[in-house]
Amino acid sequence: MAANITDETFQTEVLESDKVTLVDFWAEWCQPCKILGPIVEEFGEEYKDKVKVVKMDVDANSNTPGKFNILSIPTLIFFKNGQPERTMVGVQSKEQLKKAADELLS
Amino acid sequence: MNTKRLTVFPKRFFMENNNEIYDVAIIGSGPAGLTAGIYTSRADLKTLLLGGLKWGGQLMLTTEVENFPGFPDGIMGPDLMMNMRKQAEKYGTQIKDVNFSQADFSQKPFKLTAEGGENFYSKSVIIATGADTKWLQIKGEQEHIGRGVSSCAPCDAAFYREKKVIVVGGGDSAMEEANVLSKFATEITVVYRGESLRASEIMQKRAKENPKIKFIYNTELTEIMGDGKVTGVKLLNTKTNEASEMPIDGVFVAIGHIPNSSVFPDIDRDEKGFIKRFENSKTNIEGVFVAGDVHDYHYMQAVTAAGYGCEAALSAEKWLEEQK
Repeated sequence: MAANITDETFQTEVLESDKVTLVDFWAEWCQPCKILGPIVEEFGEEYKDKVKVVKMDVDANSNTPGKFNILSIPTLIFFKNGQPERTMVGVQSKEQLKKAADELLS
Repeated sequence: MNTKRLTVFPKRFFMENNNEIYDVAIIGSGPAGLTAGIYTSRADLKTLLLGGLKWGGQLMLTTEVENFPGFPDGIMGPDLMMNMRKQAEKYGTQIKDVNFSQADFSQKPFKLTAEGGENFYSKSVIIATGADTKWLQIKGEQEHIGRGVSSCAPCDAAFYREKKVIVVGGGDSAMEEANVLSKFATEITVVYRGESLRASEIMQKRAKENPKIKFIYNTELTEIMGDGKVTGVKLLNTKTNEASEMPIDGVFVAIGHIPNSSVFPDIDRDEKGFIKRFENSKTNIEGVFVAGDVHDYHYMQAVTAAGYGCEAALSAEKWLEEQK
């Protein structure tokens, strides 16, 4: 299961992560997020050696989404070496996630 | 008497593929597709439904549905779709949450390919792929989707707390978007290119009585400006030819939908892309039927889509019977 992170833990969990890290920005009221959630989990399981997957509830945490100009969810951001490298808005397929991850990992 | 139902497959086919053959393959999982699934599976036809990754259709992006019969207190769009899905699955519809990629209607059984390459085979097909958001196609729009440009107020409204937004459009969905946004945004401006709204009376009334919602008519957006996120728009009054700018935090687009038909190059479509529907829900290809917003440019309601789904299912059933 992808761990929940907060505005407070974002720095250490994501920016200072030594792995490529995928953040799933979601909220309880967001229907498409419920479709994407399990896909992200599956992706995380398959790539658990290579990519760290975490999620952030945007209702409980507003600083981080604001900082990255997130105005629609679900939004996924891949971070590498503390930098947002790839942003994906809306529901994605596992194949699309794998493709984006592979590009960042190569 | 032997009551076992035997289906004879061509040997060549059986040797090349381990796939089973469905009686009916439905493409799409909105009210049209799921209703068709309920009917064909209840008729004991082996039914496959390719639902798409974002299954459920347009109602998944709405809040309360007040005009679907049987729900006097309204029902949330996503709940209604979840119910329809359960009902179809209960009678045996096999739903795959994969995106459809292409169809080969030149071979029998028809061959459908999903994104990722998986193939499915079916004796008949019901196209119920619906319609998607029509975007404005103006400068600054595509790069700001998810950064201030949206087509789904119920999804994104909460990000616009204490902010000002524009809703583009004059129909029911524009009124709905404006109303949903008014729970969060301080000011909503509905920008419509026409002289007067085309939304239903009840939806217009609700929006006009909402003190947070303003209206601008005869006006089009010509550009969305921003730097990382939306900061403003350029407007053009088409009557006076007067151009203006408005600072804004968000733009919600609700100008209608375009049918998802381009993935079917062999199926006859009209100049706007709607699939041509002939008598008994037929398309130009024998054994391929159509239902819902992908052909219906007139009514576009959940209940009419469901009705078309039922018609297509009954027609497919009859057609399969005639092939025996």
